[in-house]
Amino acid sequence: MTAAADTSSGAATAAPVMDNPVLSVSGLTVSVRGDEGERAVVSDLSFVLTRGETLCIAGESGSGKSMSSLAVMGLLPQPQARVSAGSILLGDLDLTTLSEKRMQTIRGNRVAMIFQEPMTSLNPVLSIGRQLIEAIEAHTSLSGSPARARAIEALKAVRIPEAESRLKQFPHELSGGMRQRVMIAMALALKPDVLIADEPTTALDVTVQGEVLELLRDLQREQGTAVILITHDMGVVAEMADRVIIMRNGRMVEEGTISDIFERPQVDYTRELLAAVPRMGAGRAAMPAQPDEQVKPVAVAEVHDLHVRFDLHGGFFGRVTRRVHAVEGVNFSIAPNETLSLVGESGCGKSTTAKALAGLLPYSGDIAVGGRNLAGLSRDERKAVRRDVQMIFQDPYASLDPRMRVGDLVAEPLLIHGIGTPKERVDRVAALFERVGLTADQMERYPHEFSGGQRQRICIARALALRPKLIIADESVSALDVSVQARVLKLLRELQNEFGVAYLFISHDMAVVENISDKVAVMYLGQIVEMGTRDQIFDNPRHPYTKRLIEAVPVPDPARRRARFARLDSEIASPIRRIGDPPAKLQLLDAGGGHLVAAH
Amino acid sequence: MIAYLTRRLIQAALILLGVSIITFALLYLLPADPVRQIAGRSATPQTVESIRQQLGLDQPFVVQYWNYLTNLLSGDLGRSYIQRSEVTELIVSRLPASLILMAGAILCELAIGLTMGLIAAVKRGSVTDQTLMVGSFIGVSAPQFVVGLLLLYVFAVQLGWFPIGGYGTWRHAVLPSLTLGILGAGWYSRMMRSSMIDVLRQDYIRTARAKGLARRAILFRHALPNAILPVVAMIGIDIGLFMSGIVVVESVFGWPGIGQLAWQAIQRVDIPIIMGVTLVSACAIVLGNLLADIVAPFIDPRIKLR
Repeated sequence: MTAAADTSSGAATAAPVMDNPVLSVSGLTVSVRGDEGERAVVSDLSFVLTRGETLCIAGESGSGKSMSSLAVMGLLPQPQARVSAGSILLGDLDLTTLSEKRMQTIRGNRVAMIFQEPMTSLNPVLSIGRQLIEAIEAHTSLSGSPARARAIEALKAVRIPEAESRLKQFPHELSGGMRQRVMIAMALALKPDVLIADEPTTALDVTVQGEVLELLRDLQREQGTAVILITHDMGVVAEMADRVIIMRNGRMVEEGTISDIFERPQVDYTRELLAAVPRMGAGRAAMPAQPDEQVKPVAVAEVHDLHVRFDLHGGFFGRVTRRVHAVEGVNFSIAPNETLSLVGESGCGKSTTAKALAGLLPYSGDIAVGGRNLAGLSRDERKAVRRDVQMIFQDPYASLDPRMRVGDLVAEPLLIHGIGTPKERVDRVAALFERVGLTADQMERYPHEFSGGQRQRICIARALALRPKLIIADESVSALDVSVQARVLKLLRELQNEFGVAYLFISHDMAVVENISDKVAVMYLGQIVEMGTRDQIFDNPRHPYTKRLIEAVPVPDPARRRARFARLDSEIASPIRRIGDPPAKLQLLDAGGGHLVAAH
Repeated sequence: MIAYLTRRLIQAALILLGVSIITFALLYLLPADPVRQIAGRSATPQTVESIRQQLGLDQPFVVQYWNYLTNLLSGDLGRSYIQRSEVTELIVSRLPASLILMAGAILCELAIGLTMGLIAAVKRGSVTDQTLMVGSFIGVSAPQFVVGLLLLYVFAVQLGWFPIGGYGTWRHAVLPSLTLGILGAGWYSRMMRSSMIDVLRQDYIRTARAKGLARRAILFRHALPNAILPVVAMIGIDIGLFMSGIVVVESVFGWPGIGQLAWQAIQRVDIPIIMGVTLVSACAIVLGNLLADIVAPFIDPRIKLR
């Protein structure tokens, strides 16, 4: 392969000088031993990484991108996986031939890695300082206060405020974004030659993602570290990469500079992958304009002054001392055939709102479904009303009982509500399976026999079984690969046209929201700060928080790479407040055409 | 912390009150008559009656219990019917021996159990793992008097390393502690193994490896403190198990602890001693649990006492 590919043409960052490669991988094959013998999960992968360069390895789940990086680190899951062919040269050293003892001196020192899950990647029982200092002590002769000073320096480098006092803190006292910064500090404290970042921002909120990506970029510029960034997000690729490798089923299907990949993709798969990426601004063409506003049908669901608060107990007699103000006075209504999206960052109350609407949480305020207020109804009446509201959850792996046949899972809502004879139920489930793109003979199988996308289709079929008027989709496409995500979104739209069902769509992904929504409500700390039609929100965002959210989304177009992200070094405010100190209620003002904006 | 302790101690007092009521009621309902035991077979009905009156056993249950409770609150556990001395004195003189035994047993079960569990988890699926787990299964299922006699036969009779029975030096304590500890070691090794296997799969262990830490540091600094938490909680509960074990083991080894005292008292329906020993055991269990709860936040900073 030609390692000397032109890296400067499309990249906005300074082009790395082509000198000796830091890392060169050739013919790498990783095999995993399973029940049916050994199987290659990465085959014949070759690439070269030079100093200061960012190489993105992109691909969908199962493409072998994570396995390749674990192979470089010598961290393949033992004893199932091994490097069965090829070499990994770090300078002149072939990492595949090193003993575990020698590998320990390389890991964290010359090659460092950060992982996807900042919430679980730090040891909960050791302080931040201890975890940082031990990495420094393991590879240098420093110990005691010089090592401590180095740790503080590393925390300052990742822009953690009050670095010195953070050393005493434990991981659970920090937010996800802060934890990922600590991980980066840990990885870069020893100025490694190569940093491998495996989906470093996937678990983070979009504004935090922006900050972390920018941080990585700055640190790379300062230290000249070569970065391998593994991601499924083509927006992140466009923001960060100098060069890109596209992987599929363990093989590299295309390699090129960032502009090659985005502007002149050579392989069909790359084109499909790029086409599937939800893009902001593309939503308008795909959707018909708003149905005429004159005919105002009865709202499917109406939420008025919704409050959800959780009490926190403390003190001698376990009195309520503090309260989580999860949802504070939310109002909205959803018309038939309409999609309302709730957007906002983790902890903003969007999922809590959905759960209250689905009757899964105690609330105060009024929720009316089909014009009937749930509060005044008897148990049986409420059960009947609840048929009209169904939910699809985020994780298709966790939301299907593994010991039930999928046909029975879809039939269960019918059974609970006593609908039809057994024969009719089977027919109805079969029809639903066909409708969501599965086949009727798959009804006898168990959930583990299906892929993530298929499982989410099963969840959709289950939600549709009762012919609901409203489906709540809580991050329902977040866990899916982009191509699968695109197909599921298309299915949801088709079903809406067919059955006239309304969606309450909850997502952190602004591009997906823009694609599917009619109306959008932006939530912050339990309150709606802005609400309007999709065009009002995306073309003319008024509230600073909405603007920040939209700006933070990485655009899958290297030509539109941003120089800087809006930076926020403080933590997001907490919805936990003392008793008798409720948050101030935001007043929503009409900015014209029903575009509601909170005073700011 | 102070508020927490106060609340826990109030709870503990209520638990002990409950234990005292239930034990007292059970003993009251018991068909065996303590007065007959004291008076002997040849006693006349008049003598039996006068002893009954003397001990206050002719009174209704509520009055009897009230008298017992008021004495208890002033620290008086009553007088033994048979041994003719204060129960408090008897227990106090015997308690140190039992505490030594208990400490020895905890030491044994932790040392054996945690080591076995740790090795089995690290060598998961190997012959070593399987052998250790068979061993732990035997430890869990073997009756304590059999284990005790077996240990006595091998290490005292055949090898002569330890004395056959009695009390005095550390050598005397080894075999009884081991007998008592083997049962717990079986449980702990299983718990430790599964907890350790779970911890070794966690993301933060991968992070520690990615930092280039040595295997030893990963195991002992990163994995062990996380894996040991459920075991610590178990120790508190375990003290209850000890109390039943102590009765058997002290008899086998002739160990002069409260287990033997209880055993003798039960045979002779010596109610004040039975009550006293039961309350002391209950105290030990409650305090053991409290101790385990207090230690937990030092291992895991996420745990807050409130």
